[in-house]
Amino acid sequence: MNETVIDTRAPATDRVRRAVTVAFEATAASQTRTLAPLADDLVLVDSGLDSLCFAIIVAQLEDELGLDPFSDLDDAFFPVCFAEFVQLYEAAAQRQAD
Amino acid sequence: MASLGARIAARPHADARLEAPGLSLNLGDLAHGEGVGAELAGRSVLVLTSSQIGAAQALIELDGRARRLVLCPPDLAAEHLPYVIAEAGIEAVVTEDPDQLPPDLGLPVHRLRPPAAGARADAPDDLATEWLMFTSGTTGKPKMVIHSLAALTGAIAPPPLGEPRAVWATFYDIRRYGGLQALLRALTGGCAMALSNASEPFADRLERFAQLGVTHISGTASHWRLVLMSPQASALSPAYLRLSGEIADQAVLDRLKDMFPEARIVHAYASTEAGVGFEVDDGMEGFPESFVGRDGPVELRVVDGSLRIRSARAASGYAGAGVLTDAEGFVDTGDMLELKDGRWRFVGRRSGIINVGGLKVHPEEVEAVLNRHPAVRMSRVRARRSPITGSVVSAEIALDDPLAMNSPELESALRASILDLCRGALPPHKTPAILRFVERLEMTAGGKLERTNV
Repeated sequence: MNETVIDTRAPATDRVRRAVTVAFEATAASQTRTLAPLADDLVLVDSGLDSLCFAIIVAQLEDELGLDPFSDLDDAFFPVCFAEFVQLYEAAAQRQAD
Repeated sequence: MASLGARIAARPHADARLEAPGLSLNLGDLAHGEGVGAELAGRSVLVLTSSQIGAAQALIELDGRARRLVLCPPDLAAEHLPYVIAEAGIEAVVTEDPDQLPPDLGLPVHRLRPPAAGARADAPDDLATEWLMFTSGTTGKPKMVIHSLAALTGAIAPPPLGEPRAVWATFYDIRRYGGLQALLRALTGGCAMALSNASEPFADRLERFAQLGVTHISGTASHWRLVLMSPQASALSPAYLRLSGEIADQAVLDRLKDMFPEARIVHAYASTEAGVGFEVDDGMEGFPESFVGRDGPVELRVVDGSLRIRSARAASGYAGAGVLTDAEGFVDTGDMLELKDGRWRFVGRRSGIINVGGLKVHPEEVEAVLNRHPAVRMSRVRARRSPITGSVVSAEIALDDPLAMNSPELESALRASILDLCRGALPPHKTPAILRFVERLEMTAGGKLERTNV
């Protein structure tokens, strides 16, 4: 259960990674999809999730973290692997904190 | 107009092939072969295949022979078939896979056979076959519009002489308008095409496209965003990318340009009802102000904010009840536009229909399911903008007992049980991606749910 608790005292990057991980797991469960283990080099399109799942994850992360890096035209890139997805949100969180 | 088979046969390179996982068909064999066309001459035929390549074969064999063909999309519910059969006056079914057919259709079944060069030239194939296609985004009974090959190919220019022959692929299903446009571009150009099937994973599809040397690819903006997230995309070297069926925003256009700098990137406006409206290839979202009101085969108007199209590429009407055009022949697309800085941009649907990755969702049908939950008093479903699928479905719920919102446990249990209900009754793209509890939902003076006040 500890895996899904977001520790607000943790460094911002940890918090972002946890939130992303929780969003992936929750969405996979709610869409009854089998999620591949979330390793950094996991290729997103091989993760078991489809584009609807990613849309749900992005919407939920926007609500939870107040971050929508995909819509930021200047910085948007489309992440290929899980680590890049996390980095996209970590960078957005960093910008928000600055 | 010549039949589809005759148009393929007239191309100099009719040795091109349709390539599906595990099956490859020669276009020349399809165009010259006897097929099911002769035995179904003058009949009204349901094309109900389990594969895209089966549908493509049926279209080639039936056009010019059958009086009418009804092209069934892969997600057409079996429960609607009796209605479709009656409404379209269907006399026979064509399929490659009779075992997959629902029982008791009450129609003779004609099975597609492996094509072989035959005596097609002896049988007349100059009937103006009606092509019935299903409109997307209807609730309840499916709606069909009547097209002709001439209207469906009206936007397709012959390939420029001397240009290398295209190899087509599409992320759409060819049984939908957007995918059919790609198929018809390939067939009338005598080009090879890679066809997929539902069970082929996206990554495998991209690898196969790369192996087949695909040069021309079409899909929705959502399909293309998935490409941008795929490592296999780097193996593709397309000359032409086409986006349609959804709003193509600047971000996806820019990223595609970055990834495929050599490719010509076109976004097109098309609908099953109005046909192909226009294409934009300047790399910018929206379309130039000058497109509206100009003369040509397709005329555009903006009336009360919505795009109206008059065009020979439009369907000729609905099969059955319903009026497709106004008195002057314009189709009201229901797509709302805004003019800014000399550019028209799409802002959504007038009806509130939500476009999730090219699939349309009526808010009311989702609300109807939500409202069945015993704890739900009222619900409101709206589009929420998504950088991945264009939109997702977002629901606000007023509970019978608003005090439940004070208990996190109760709220979380309610959320789970409401979403369970939705998942049992709705396909995934219609199930709310975001579900929020609110104290109350506003009504309009007329007693309707307030939908406009965001």
